[in-house]
Amino acid sequence: MFESWPLLSLVIWTPIVGGMLVLATGGDKNATEARVLALVIAIITFALSIPLYTEFNTSSGSMQFIEHHEWMTLGNLRFYYHLGVDGIAMPLILLTTFINVIIVIAGWEVIKFKAAQYMAAFLIMSGLMVGVFSALDGALFYVFWEAMLIPMFLVIGIWGGPRRVYATIKFFLYTFLGSVFMLVAFIYMATKTGSFEILELHALPLTKTEQIYIFIAFLLAFSVKIPMWPVHTWLPDAHVEAPTGGSVVLAAIMLKLGAYGFLRFSLPIAPDAAQELAWLMITLSLIAIVYIGFVALVQQDMKKLIAYSSISHMGFVTLGLFIVWHIYSPETQDVTMIRTGINGAVVQMISHGFISAAMFLVVGVMYERIHSRMISDCGGIANTMPRFAGFAVLFAMANAGLPGTSGFVGEFLVILAAFKANPWFAFLAASTLIIGAAYTLWMVKRVFFGKVANEKIQNLTDINSREFLFLSVLAVMVLFFGLYPAPLLEVMDESVANLVRHILQSKIPQ
Amino acid sequence: MDFIAAYLPSAMSNEMTIAQLPLALPEIVMLCMASIVLIVDLFLNDKTRGGTYILSQFTLIALILITIMTFAKQDTIAFHGTFIRDGMGDLLKIFIYIATFTVFMYSKSYLKARDMYKGEYYVLGLFGVLGMMIMVSAQNFLTIYLGLELLSLCMYAMVALQRDSIIASESAMKYFVLGAIASGMLLYGMSMVYGVTGSLELSTISAEVATKQQNIILIFGLVFIVVGVAFKLGAVPFHMWLPDVYQGSPTSVAIYIGSAPKLAAFAMTIRLLVDGLGALHVQWQDMLIILAIASMAIGNIVAIAQTNLKRMLAYSTISHVGFILLGILTATKEGYAASMFYTITYTLMALGAFGMIMLMSRMGFESDKLDDLRGLNHRSPWFAFMMLIFMFSMAGVPPFVGFWAKLQVLQSVIAIDMVWLALTAVIFSVIGAYYYLRIFKLMYFDTPQETSGIEAASDIRLLLSINGIVVLALGLYPQLIMGLITDVM
Repeated sequence: MFESWPLLSLVIWTPIVGGMLVLATGGDKNATEARVLALVIAIITFALSIPLYTEFNTSSGSMQFIEHHEWMTLGNLRFYYHLGVDGIAMPLILLTTFINVIIVIAGWEVIKFKAAQYMAAFLIMSGLMVGVFSALDGALFYVFWEAMLIPMFLVIGIWGGPRRVYATIKFFLYTFLGSVFMLVAFIYMATKTGSFEILELHALPLTKTEQIYIFIAFLLAFSVKIPMWPVHTWLPDAHVEAPTGGSVVLAAIMLKLGAYGFLRFSLPIAPDAAQELAWLMITLSLIAIVYIGFVALVQQDMKKLIAYSSISHMGFVTLGLFIVWHIYSPETQDVTMIRTGINGAVVQMISHGFISAAMFLVVGVMYERIHSRMISDCGGIANTMPRFAGFAVLFAMANAGLPGTSGFVGEFLVILAAFKANPWFAFLAASTLIIGAAYTLWMVKRVFFGKVANEKIQNLTDINSREFLFLSVLAVMVLFFGLYPAPLLEVMDESVANLVRHILQSKIPQ
Repeated sequence: MDFIAAYLPSAMSNEMTIAQLPLALPEIVMLCMASIVLIVDLFLNDKTRGGTYILSQFTLIALILITIMTFAKQDTIAFHGTFIRDGMGDLLKIFIYIATFTVFMYSKSYLKARDMYKGEYYVLGLFGVLGMMIMVSAQNFLTIYLGLELLSLCMYAMVALQRDSIIASESAMKYFVLGAIASGMLLYGMSMVYGVTGSLELSTISAEVATKQQNIILIFGLVFIVVGVAFKLGAVPFHMWLPDVYQGSPTSVAIYIGSAPKLAAFAMTIRLLVDGLGALHVQWQDMLIILAIASMAIGNIVAIAQTNLKRMLAYSTISHVGFILLGILTATKEGYAASMFYTITYTLMALGAFGMIMLMSRMGFESDKLDDLRGLNHRSPWFAFMMLIFMFSMAGVPPFVGFWAKLQVLQSVIAIDMVWLALTAVIFSVIGAYYYLRIFKLMYFDTPQETSGIEAASDIRLLLSINGIVVLALGLYPQLIMGLITDVM
């Protein structure tokens, strides 16, 4: 029944238009109306995105749900409103619409100041992020990519903590600086092809030098977003200052945009440069995994700890993407392990979306009660909030990559592929299972177990049904994909195979 | 006319006839109406001053209609080669009328509150528009100079309109002295070119220059002309007048100076450098590269240090001029079109930003400090949103129209293999983003000093909302304007 529906457009524009409506409810007098309306719109959006999964043709690796219209012609460049998803983008879109519902519920009573603007910002942002995942025209992609910064900038700045201004301006300028280089690269290629069509750019032959420059331009944009060491410093600041909802979107979705950028642009557009610079990418990924893991170990602030752990986990994603050329040998032409690595990277993206969202929500729930994120201010919470502690321990285990949780699947697949590439890569990457367990479990121990630390903790009340709702939904997702990742792997498998075929061919003109 | 004809060998075959007069219909109508407004105003007192305002606005609307109806389908040179009617000129004129109309509408209550609601403002404004129209349609060095001086004299007088204000008189004086020097430079350069080519008419000069590219006097003349143009545009290092004039003049005059004359200055640059001295583009390209980079650097960096909103907008103008020059220096049709698009969109955004200052100002309160924006989101979320649109658009963030203007200019620069220049430009625009972000910080993240709502007349509220929505709508579909430009370039 959905064949004739412009599903992707609906998923993009429903929350954006809905966000405007939420804004129109006015000031804080009508906060309840704003919340209810926001929830309805978020649920409708999520419902609209479900057919993307159910109607998806898993046997095809090409773009589906295509919408292709002429947008405009400026000078000698053509612009298209071209949308479509493959098996890599589609799960990310579902993740986005799903997380958006969670955020609206999580911000329900918590945000009392300008609730309508808060809800509207997240709704608009979710539409724009879906736009980024589904755009097949570079200019359209760039418009969504940059426009997304505006609501996030405001969210951190308006509802953030004491150093919010510093954090949000740093966040904006870092990302903006990275993106403008990507824009120049886009324009450079569009000058050659006459349009920004991503699929045409994939086919565009480029010399090695051109590819390296383009790869670096994209790297500047995406590495800031992921973020990779050493351009990660905005992330802990942004996370610490952002309100809970802002942290959740940042960790669960925005970081994935950078990794998605590598998959959609860097690798297929500049495969020869990616091969040439794979050593750099692998080094940076391993530094992120190991070094940032140690940095996380010493954090006093829970949000900072999770932020660093996010950087470390995203290192797995980039590692999975760039070990391709270390695995591939022209003699055997065996791509099974390459596909395993990239599959692992994508699974890790989705799984980290759930886990990091859950972790930030856990910290948010605690922060609302004791108004501190310092580990030293807590202790023995499990005594007064047993149900909450149960969730927290589950998510912490998932964050540490315990088998049976979704955190394990992605990391395991990447480590498996890394072993094929070079046992040392696998050794370093696997060390995170120990470091990750150390920093997460140590935090859990200090925060939740032991004696009740102080008066405040003594008087805590356990989570209410609203909090129980969003934490349990996330818990179900984490366990489901941990025990049965097949549905996820199924949808992406063909698309990943397609991508691997593409990137193993040189694009240098003969 | 004999006087001019004597200096115009090429014009001999180009007789001036009555039949050519309709080509200058907009100019003729403007001249008549400006004179009529001048006379009518004599018979009006402060209570009936509305008549002057309505008559001025009526004139501008009529001119929009006349120009659209007589829109030039091909280039026609008339009046002994002193005047050209072409599509580019007509399009720019239409935007000049629209901008001036907007300026008059924004300024009305501001002028009233400051006892400046006098006929002079409108008469000078209209004569200034006539000057701009002549600049836009000039096909001869003398006509360009004539239009430029008519415009400049009106602006000098307008800056000094607030007689009792020391700061206004000071900036009028500065503007006049520096403007006169620049005009002198321009005239000196023109005289050198005349000395080499023996003509003041642009098409003749163009043909002559093509055969004498290495002539040293010609190059000297070019240098002086570029200086004059750079001064009028406000490009570094000839920008010194701009912040002082913006800050010192009443906001109702600053908005006039900051909007429509940029379109005329763009037209003048194209007429002089492209239509006249196009064959020397190798030489002026290098000069414009230096001017453009310096403008983007100084404009964006110095703007960060400003505490006065008008001064900040002045430096932001300087940085935008750098971008406009980028498009021109490519010496390609696409580049000129991109620059024209940039100039028009910049005018739209500048109108909005100055409109905001006037919206927030009241009796005895200028509201031109950055601090006056503090907590605007609490006082009026809608107008904070409008300001957000203008500022993000100026910063070049999509989906607002400023982004497409930057994209077009960058594309034209990359198309002539100057990727390094495009990279320099984008790096400076990231630096520039910082001071726009500071405005959002004030508007959204800070709590207001006063909690009262915005008191402003309904016409200015409506116009500002339209202005903001236009910037947003053009951001979603920039082809509306870009299509027109491509047609005429």
